[in-house]
Amino acid sequence: MNAIYILWLRQIKRYLRARSRIVGSIGQPLLFLVALGFGLGPVYAAAGGGNYMDFLAPGIIAMGVLFTAVFSGIQIIWDRQFGFLKETLVAPVSRLEIMFGQTAGGASVALLQGIIVFCLTLIVGFRPDNWFMVPLALCFAALIALLFTALGLAIASMLDDMQGFQLIMNFIVMPLFFLSGSLFPAKNLPTALSVVVRLDPLTYGVDGLRGALTGVSQFGLGTDTLVLGIMVVILVAIGSWLFSRVQI
Amino acid sequence: MADNTNIITAEHLVKRFDEVVAVDDVSFSVKAGEIFAFLGPNGAGKSTTIKMLTTLLRPTSGEIRINGFDPVSQQHQARHSFGIVFQDPSLDDELTAWENLEFHGVLYGVEKSLRRTRITELLQFVELTDRKDSLVKTFSGGMKRRLEIARGLIHHPTILFLDEPTIGLDPQTRNHIWQYLLELNRDEKMTIFFSTHYMEEADRSAQRIAVIDQGKIVASGTPQSLKDETKTATLEDAFLSLTGKEIREEAAAAGGHMRAWHTSARR
Repeated sequence: MNAIYILWLRQIKRYLRARSRIVGSIGQPLLFLVALGFGLGPVYAAAGGGNYMDFLAPGIIAMGVLFTAVFSGIQIIWDRQFGFLKETLVAPVSRLEIMFGQTAGGASVALLQGIIVFCLTLIVGFRPDNWFMVPLALCFAALIALLFTALGLAIASMLDDMQGFQLIMNFIVMPLFFLSGSLFPAKNLPTALSVVVRLDPLTYGVDGLRGALTGVSQFGLGTDTLVLGIMVVILVAIGSWLFSRVQI
Repeated sequence: MADNTNIITAEHLVKRFDEVVAVDDVSFSVKAGEIFAFLGPNGAGKSTTIKMLTTLLRPTSGEIRINGFDPVSQQHQARHSFGIVFQDPSLDDELTAWENLEFHGVLYGVEKSLRRTRITELLQFVELTDRKDSLVKTFSGGMKRRLEIARGLIHHPTILFLDEPTIGLDPQTRNHIWQYLLELNRDEKMTIFFSTHYMEEADRSAQRIAVIDQGKIVASGTPQSLKDETKTATLEDAFLSLTGKEIREEAAAAGGHMRAWHTSARR
């Protein structure tokens, strides 16, 4: 338990010290909110979709959480390159504990990022449908954070260096985001796209966030929680297994 | 009072990386409470062997026992038996000196009050007390090295591995650190397994030595027996006589985590 705590604490300390990382990570969601939110808003309204900013905001919060989570998970590649990973790997701590600690740390950082993005959405004019539902939204953000930190860790366990980073961004993270229903409603889509969207676990995260924040959910919050919960368990298990096989 | 039980044994240990054989049928044993030096030129297979002993690499074949445990199938128990100071840097630059030590102490389950006492003492010992709250990235190479050694000594393991621990340290610091290690060995019966390029360090501190070259053990015994065997006056001369005077190149693979000697290069 102490091992999990100290691994978690390390991530939090590193995050709070990396001010430039915090500031830098605000830029992208803000750009999406302003460019897409205000840019596509009139078209969306004209098409009868309603207020696009209300639709978009939960999606962009999910994006902030997703990117930070994957990035936090992938950080162990840096740990490997700078040698610190050895220190963790030889410690008499079970691999599951290390995985829990790393995942909890990365996910907490991603959740903080989600809260920051939530504040940004308030600045550009988004308002939750019901403030009492905000804690529930936090729970969904936490599930998204856990899921994708574990994914990042699992992927990073298989990589030796940062060469594969662009590959991960372009072939995993970007598709996860764009095909999640963050930017467009997952309704009346071409069949192929509709299938892909339903297979993307982030879809359920976005749907859950949207349900909690705007009161409109496509799959129902129960389904969203179930899918995310199962995926978290599966990925933490896969991640621990891959992590236990890491050699230096 | 070292009894005669072997606390580390390696039998027919082999590590192959694709076409490279880094460790080639190596066997040796270390007795409990012994100070054992593992010597060899660059790329001889020292670090690869240490990584296999310390669960970081899986051997291609061969048997290892660390304190009675197999580092492949009983990783957890094996890890409970040793501590290690790595050859390459392994500190978190974004944490302070204190935090790095604290992290280690907690991971190794050193109880809080003992942890605090030891960390305070060790910081004093490596003369970093006044820098304890500075981020490690602001440290010089020598300071980082001292901090890593201090970190390796927070929990008192049964076996302590030191992979070129004193590299880049001045003679004063080296001497200072060895005194501490010898005390630990004497008072706590800690088994010490170290590699070094400083022959006088091995001569002075080690009870037994194994010399590895091109992945094979070429000689082993007490410092005196190696000198006698090669009819040389110093361990340095004995070492050169055993391993030749040719300068070795290290082959570093992608990621820099494999240091090995290309078999093709020596044919």
